[in-house]
Amino acid sequence: MPGRGAPGPGWGLLLVLLALGELPRAQGVEEKPGGAHGESQGFQVVTFKWHHVQDPYIIALWILVASLAKIGFHLSHKVTSVVPESALLIVLGLVLGGIVLAADHIASFSLTPTVFFFYLLPPIVLDAGYFMPNRLFFGNLGTILLYAVIGTVWNAATTGLSLYGVFRSGLMGDLNIGLLDFLLFGSLIAAVDPVAVLAVFEEVHVNEVLFIIVFGESLLNDAVTVVLYNVFESFVTLGGDKVTGVDCAKGIVSFFVVSLGGTLVGVVFAFLLSLVTRFTKHVRIIEPGFVFVLSYLSYLTSEMLSLSAILAITFCGICCQKYVKANISEQSATTVRYTMKMLASGAETIIFMFLGISAVDPLIWKWNTAFVLLTLVFISVYRAIGVVLQTWILNRYRMVQLEIIDQVVMSYGGLRGAVAYALVVLLDENKVKEKNLFVSTTIIVIFFTVIFQGLTIKPLVQWLKVKRSEQRDPKLNEKLHGRAFDHILSAIEDISGQIGHNYLRDKWSNFDRKFLSKILMRRSAQKSRDRILNVFHELNLKDAISYVAEGERRGSLAFIRSPSTDNMVNVDFSTPRPSTVEASVSYLLRENASAVRLDMQSLEQRRQSIRDTEDMVTHHTLQQYLYKPRQEYKHLYSRHELTADEDEKQDKEIFHRTMRKRLESFKSAKLGVNPHKKAAKLLKRERVQKRRNSSIPNGKLPMVSPLHDFTITEKDLELPDPEEAPSYDAEEMSGGIEFLANITQDTATDSPSGIDNPVFSPDEDPGILSAVPPWLSPGETVVPSQRARVQIPHSPSNFHRLAPFRLSGKSVDSFLLADGPEEQPHAPPESTHM
Amino acid sequence: MALCGKVSKENFNNIPDLELNPIRSKIVRAFFDNRNLRKGPSGLADEINFEDFLTIMSYFRPIDTTMDEEQVQLCRKEKLRFLFHMYDSDSDGRITLEEYRNVVEELLSGNPHIEKESARSIADGAMMEAASVCVGRMEPDQVYEGITFDDFLKIWQGIDIETKMHVRFLNMETIALCH
Repeated sequence: MPGRGAPGPGWGLLLVLLALGELPRAQGVEEKPGGAHGESQGFQVVTFKWHHVQDPYIIALWILVASLAKIGFHLSHKVTSVVPESALLIVLGLVLGGIVLAADHIASFSLTPTVFFFYLLPPIVLDAGYFMPNRLFFGNLGTILLYAVIGTVWNAATTGLSLYGVFRSGLMGDLNIGLLDFLLFGSLIAAVDPVAVLAVFEEVHVNEVLFIIVFGESLLNDAVTVVLYNVFESFVTLGGDKVTGVDCAKGIVSFFVVSLGGTLVGVVFAFLLSLVTRFTKHVRIIEPGFVFVLSYLSYLTSEMLSLSAILAITFCGICCQKYVKANISEQSATTVRYTMKMLASGAETIIFMFLGISAVDPLIWKWNTAFVLLTLVFISVYRAIGVVLQTWILNRYRMVQLEIIDQVVMSYGGLRGAVAYALVVLLDENKVKEKNLFVSTTIIVIFFTVIFQGLTIKPLVQWLKVKRSEQRDPKLNEKLHGRAFDHILSAIEDISGQIGHNYLRDKWSNFDRKFLSKILMRRSAQKSRDRILNVFHELNLKDAISYVAEGERRGSLAFIRSPSTDNMVNVDFSTPRPSTVEASVSYLLRENASAVRLDMQSLEQRRQSIRDTEDMVTHHTLQQYLYKPRQEYKHLYSRHELTADEDEKQDKEIFHRTMRKRLESFKSAKLGVNPHKKAAKLLKRERVQKRRNSSIPNGKLPMVSPLHDFTITEKDLELPDPEEAPSYDAEEMSGGIEFLANITQDTATDSPSGIDNPVFSPDEDPGILSAVPPWLSPGETVVPSQRARVQIPHSPSNFHRLAPFRLSGKSVDSFLLADGPEEQPHAPPESTHM
Repeated sequence: MALCGKVSKENFNNIPDLELNPIRSKIVRAFFDNRNLRKGPSGLADEINFEDFLTIMSYFRPIDTTMDEEQVQLCRKEKLRFLFHMYDSDSDGRITLEEYRNVVEELLSGNPHIEKESARSIADGAMMEAASVCVGRMEPDQVYEGITFDDFLKIWQGIDIETKMHVRFLNMETIALCH
């Protein structure tokens, strides 16, 4: 079993692993000599205490191995685009298992059910639940439930019974099995596995309805699997002849208890979690912890009560999403997102690798050709039949019909995975005599579905021309119309007296708005938590970001120019940007005589919310860059009206500022200063201030900073690398910077552009300073944000800088006029926080 | 419903759940819109009878699986036209900025926390987006009057409205009678 797809580094990896493999086997060998030595030699300076660290060391090592393997695989893009990662990991596991076995002659590692169920499975399921597209999920809930419950029972029953039938016919030879054993086996092999489905489908990108159906099924069938497994296991324990009708009835009842109970536990914990996050405003740093701890507790609680743990943690994730995401800060949300993904991905990697390793265990193998082959055949065939039957029933009730192609993908995508393996290993071999046969067969089935089906599903999807997922940017119009739709449809349902999806959804959202959100969401979050608003802000920001990125990429040198309008032509705008509306779209807002004029001035004056302020900041940021790339940028990002009257004035202004900057930087260079250091200092100071300054909202603002870090890399091409800047004495310069900063009293230092700009400045020697872009000196170029402007002493010159586009009398640029009167009454942002 | 076989706008106010709907006025209006009733290019009827009522409801019938591509397109156009009429309140064939703003404000009026100004800027942004989709590159002096029906169709190109815009009715036969 060669490690397939291993390029050069892969071999190196294997060698490393070999070496690492030596370590665990050294257990126990070192101790005695060491101890003996210790006694005879007295005090030992250094001891090798393997046992001391054995367990955590091995665990850490395996995690490391798994992660290194992931790196190794992705070195070859060709391989990973064809072979799903899970398959590669299994193969790697087989190889590693082989190595360990060869060296040790016993299989020392395997995937134990405890580790799997307690540590590896919860992160994956939580990740699935937390990022579940709720609307899609609940919209297709009927379908999902049907497949999950009826489908799984059908699969289990038919597979078990067929195998039993074949056994009775004698094809399998002599086995110590009864009907119940077969049914037990059927129930654990029938369930579609969420881990495997995720692993394979995430590389295939089928359309979202199809994905949600298969994936939802894999999640929700846990209840069925748990019940069936427990029921049959207890039946097997009782003995086949002692099973009574009461027990069967109890089994059915237990299904409802397990599933609904599990869901209830999940919902309760979701409620608690949302409630807790409402009050974490002052302990932001541990907010992510709550999410993980409470979700994990829901899993364990459900497990403790012998309810369906997967359902619990799934619904905990599903129900808490909205409120938690609204309540916690942006950074916490990002932390949660990344941590969850990391844990889930890591767990998945380890699971598959260990599946491979556990297979290399000569003790567990018992081969029965008929059994294995027939199992494979039966699960595939019966799944296909089940899917077809159920789809036929469903299509009479569904809006969006499920086509043949969808059905093919659904049947083919019914992968089995580690859950089945863990369940089969949990069997008691005293009760189930043929446990080894079951284990071997399960392993074969898992390998077959994950490797073979995983490999071939991508070409299949392409060949069948399955509708793929459309990665579309959220469009404001779509959101708006979508919202209008919902309302229209629920109105129609109201009028016609129907109770349909829309009616229910409407009722739920009303209930949510009136009661739940009031309890579970922060007041400040309630206000801003509207999807349309979010899309709007997102789009704003996106525009801003790409705008600035473009501006930076275009050319720092664009900043330096002569005050002639010819300069505009020199800047090359060859490549069209996708987000740029290649025209003065703002002009569409120009009212003709009859229409109502855009009352921008009054609009801006009335803006109070933080969100609006952030929009302002966005616009301000853009405004600043709007200096350089002329016409086109100007029109794209101003959502207010603009005219071109002010070009000349702007040019003059730019020229003056540029000259001023150059003089300044020249001066600072004379002091023999390392601008980089000063920039770092300023950056640090700014960061500290940011943290202290709780008035900075959790909202969009911090996000813009990473943008600049991103653009820095592009800048590196043009300017010398900052790291190479020799260390100068930065004392005087920092003083100078502070001075500059104080001019604008930019204590809040909110303007991201101003903050990161210094980092762009890598000039080491005065020689190039003349070519230094004017934004190097952080203080002046900074367009203080609305917030910062509060502290700025009111000086008209400031505002001129802010408003390059003096407009015609009617529609005035917001920033210009609004800033004036608004400066004093603009309350500090703290007040808008809860 | 009124006993005399005709329904007027006031009768719609008696539907309790409709009160919570933010764009209720527009929806009710749509029922009386002559363009939807196919009685004329503009204006509102005072009352509608049952047949008119069904005419409006028929805009929401699901796409029949037996329909061919052309019929599906027609159905789609009809549904979109209904929507368009709802937005275009002055029946001039264009959704102007003001009308759009009106719609957005109403849509967002359900959320008490969103101010009118935000709604307005959202409408402006959406209009800009629509312009970029429909007209693409514009000259500096070009003015975008409003969204015409063709532009509207363009915006909706990627989205399959046929499957989204319908309500399940228990009895489909009566609907089929009207078309």
